[in-house]
Amino acid sequence: MSVKRDSFSVSITVGAYGSAFGAAAVAADFSVLQACLLSLLLFSGASQFAVVGVIAAGGTPINAIATSTLLGTRNGLYGLRLAPILKLRGLKRVVAAQITIDESTGVALAQNNESDMRKGFWYTGFGVYIFWNLFTLAGALGAQAIGNPSAWGLDAAVPAAFLGLLWPRLSDRKSWVLAGFAIVLALTLTPFVPTGIPIISCTLLAVIIGWRK
Amino acid sequence: MSAFWIAVIGSSALAFAIKFIGASVPETYLSNPRILRINTLIPVALLSALIAVNTFANKTQLTLDNRALGMAAAVVLLIAKAPFPVVVLGAAVTSALAYRYI
Repeated sequence: MSVKRDSFSVSITVGAYGSAFGAAAVAADFSVLQACLLSLLLFSGASQFAVVGVIAAGGTPINAIATSTLLGTRNGLYGLRLAPILKLRGLKRVVAAQITIDESTGVALAQNNESDMRKGFWYTGFGVYIFWNLFTLAGALGAQAIGNPSAWGLDAAVPAAFLGLLWPRLSDRKSWVLAGFAIVLALTLTPFVPTGIPIISCTLLAVIIGWRK
Repeated sequence: MSAFWIAVIGSSALAFAIKFIGASVPETYLSNPRILRINTLIPVALLSALIAVNTFANKTQLTLDNRALGMAAAVVLLIAKAPFPVVVLGAAVTSALAYRYI
């Protein structure tokens, strides 16, 4: 019972966040269709915001793809962790892969036994998928209706969304130090290299700081 | 094909490829602690850089404008443990007011 409740509350809260994504995408000149396709096909919040954020900042599509893909590598590791529990094969593996995200993994791994873990994964994965996509459409249509994004603060909604995603990850000193260095490096490089490069360069900082224990 | 479509299709295809590979290869690969550590830090680095650039840059120029006030509001709301949608909305409203009156 509580697995269902957990899954539902996570789904609706996180799903509602999709409206911020839909609005941000349209404010960055993506069409409503493109915003919805990102939620249907890419389906990973941070990576979706990265595509929009890099393009909005004037970066190239290759840069947007690279940044979004690096942010999505963690989903691959979630799959690695979950696959033995979910016992996947055939079409089920395809569907499970698509809904392997922070939330479905988080709820699954918070359960005490494998049966509940499977339920947590599928309920949360499908729940977030449905709400995230509905809210994306609502947010995109809303933003399309209101015109100048700056007048409505939508230009600040994108970095605020990133901050909301970053906040829970700042769990120890190492991540705070990394965040500080990344902000300084990105801003230092901004005037000198093409847009998008300052962002992706910060991957190097993660490698340097993560190399040692 | 426009830059937007390339970004949408390319990022979606690669996102699925990563998810599918993760669900398909045996766990013994990639379970090296160093790779796991770096993997958890990559989002921290990229999200921080995205925040910086989307707040303080306009193309290749550094700027200080209404977005910075919006972000200040977001930080205050996060410290006050506000839920995500409230944080984003608070940042947007603050930034919109700053845009209008400053």
